[in-house]
Amino acid sequence: MTDLIERPLDTAPGDPHGAGDHHGHDGGHDDHGPSGILKWLTSTDHKVIGINYTVTSIIMMVIGGAFAEVIRAQLASSTSSLVTLQQYNELFTMHGSFMIYLFVGPFAFAGLANYLVPLQVGAPDMAFPRLNALSYWLYLGGSITMLLGFTASGGPAAFGWVGYAPLTSAVNAPGAGPDLWIGALMLTGFSAIFSGVNLVATIFYLRAPGMTLFRMPIFTWNMLVTGILILLAFPVLTAGLVMLYCDRHFGTHIFEVQGGGVPLLWQHIFWFWGHPEVYILALPFFGMVTDIIPVFSKKPLFGYKGMVFATLTIAALSLGVWAHHMFTTGAVLLPFFSIMSLLIAVPTGIKIFNWIGTMWGGNLHFSTAMLMSIGFVITFLIGGITGIYLASPPLDFFTHDTYFVVAHFHSVVMALTMGAFAGIYFWFPKMTGKMLHEGWGKAQFWTLFIGTQVFTFPMYLLGLHGMPRRMAVYPNNPSWQNMNDWASVGALIIGISTLLFVINVIVSYRRPIIAGDNPWDASSLEWFTSSPPPHHNFVALPPIRSERPVWDFNHPDKPALGHGHGTHAGTHPPTSADATKEVAGS
Amino acid sequence: MMKQESIILLLLGAFFGIMGAVYWGWGHEDGGGVMLLGAFFLGLLPGFYYFWWYRRSGGNRPEDRDDASIADGAGVVSSFPSTSIWPFVLGSGCFFFVLSLVFGIWLTVPGVILILSAFIGATAESRRGGDV
Repeated sequence: MTDLIERPLDTAPGDPHGAGDHHGHDGGHDDHGPSGILKWLTSTDHKVIGINYTVTSIIMMVIGGAFAEVIRAQLASSTSSLVTLQQYNELFTMHGSFMIYLFVGPFAFAGLANYLVPLQVGAPDMAFPRLNALSYWLYLGGSITMLLGFTASGGPAAFGWVGYAPLTSAVNAPGAGPDLWIGALMLTGFSAIFSGVNLVATIFYLRAPGMTLFRMPIFTWNMLVTGILILLAFPVLTAGLVMLYCDRHFGTHIFEVQGGGVPLLWQHIFWFWGHPEVYILALPFFGMVTDIIPVFSKKPLFGYKGMVFATLTIAALSLGVWAHHMFTTGAVLLPFFSIMSLLIAVPTGIKIFNWIGTMWGGNLHFSTAMLMSIGFVITFLIGGITGIYLASPPLDFFTHDTYFVVAHFHSVVMALTMGAFAGIYFWFPKMTGKMLHEGWGKAQFWTLFIGTQVFTFPMYLLGLHGMPRRMAVYPNNPSWQNMNDWASVGALIIGISTLLFVINVIVSYRRPIIAGDNPWDASSLEWFTSSPPPHHNFVALPPIRSERPVWDFNHPDKPALGHGHGTHAGTHPPTSADATKEVAGS
Repeated sequence: MMKQESIILLLLGAFFGIMGAVYWGWGHEDGGGVMLLGAFFLGLLPGFYYFWWYRRSGGNRPEDRDDASIADGAGVVSSFPSTSIWPFVLGSGCFFFVLSLVFGIWLTVPGVILILSAFIGATAESRRGGDV
């Protein structure tokens, strides 16, 4: 079944017909096509697929988080026997694999991006809707394949989420578990590649008239660059996995010394994917907070073009830093990778400067989405600065494979998790038509933020005191014991924050607060249509004359203000209390 | 029309080319050099295609013009499938195929049957729809 989709109607400020049309709730996309399980199986609507991705990836986060809690429970005592050494190896491998391959990436570049990119550029759907649906099914198949590892007789993969050779050889890692890990990554790898194709094609070909590249919301810009990076990086990993499978089963010796192979080649291949992957994970969340901070600062974004330039520079440099993960191998070009890694701090610094510049002098409203965004900036700054230390080979030699590195990347990924929740709190009203409860949200933020710092800071110190990563038991050293206890307390607080989010979703569904079309008085196109949007998204579109078309439409008497003059920009963002009034009045 | 898009890709490709040349010339490490060469071509290939397309088509698309109104893009945007079971069938086929790499060759039977069904089904669906 196919639909020929016409361009939405033109509508102008003050045009009651156009405005009336787009504000009308026509039942969202629920009334289109089959319902129930058949809708889930057959939908090619980017909004349904985006929600499928989002929900599945959050489930994967909860599973991966549960593994982390067991790891931290084990480490709370130096001689704990909660899990065996082999089980511990399996747990940290699966924790990393679930979080990196199945949660952070898919949530960002396939979950929220799927939902938002067509809406933000004024398109009726993704460019290739059936390919988009296939991406999701491959991702779900990959996730199930990863989970099936626990049913394998020898247990799941236990060689770390980076799968270094020769730990992955058929001799060192026999059984079905490692093969299921390889299969899962192949499926999710193709899923990511198809998502990248869809993102780039949608942004290049399906923008609304007047939506030039330099009027796109920064989230969409970042998803364009993420899409390009996916296309550059993921095929390398998938090719590496095919080689690894051939080594394990077909007698090749690509990564095995016997027969002339080179184990180090796996590290080159893996990190040639793996470091751009860090930015594939981070750029979507950079985009989310860049869209969120101006809304709750009541100012236009400070330095729009600077943000675009910084994103493109990060993408360009990200392909030249892969071997900073391999400094201690003694077989990489240290000055080249050190210089490139240090350089990447410049565009990242521009972004942090611009986020602060946007808030500076603004009329700040500390909603949960804004708090999560600020938490993201602070925590990412900590993770970023410690990353600069690690870009220096002498410092890296000292801290490599210690808890300092673990703390560094957990600061980064916990920042991304805060970015993820910022996105959820901000766009949940658009996706569901309902607000998430702000009280529960703020409780979640503070537990998440405090828990993250309590969790990571002791790990930095542990690393500097020399504790290696991936140890299930450790010497009975009082200072190590004490710091591990604090890290475990932090992990427990983070676990509680996740529980608060689940409670919030349940409470918000049971006692819904209707959101309205634009509860935050935001400025990009997704806020022009109903919440949730109708099938194929728009009945009408406003004229697009700046990067803030919905603001221009809703506030024709208050055109976009210059940077630094935003304190008088108009109304406060509606809160859930305002939304309650709307329900009462309707 | 498509000019900015092509310039972005060409600049990225050129940067990867320069970086690859410096890296290989300095470090003589073949693995990374080859991967950067691939990245260089992956930037240039679509970049030149879009530039060729921009030169060939000449005019401005409404989405590339600052002054375009929504009405300038009036008409059919494209044809989109409203629902389709075939992505699920194809995804299931790929799932079974990957499991066959682990649990045995017999799993390729349902895998290949599902994949072929999806190819046939999606093609037939496109023909019925006419414009996909």
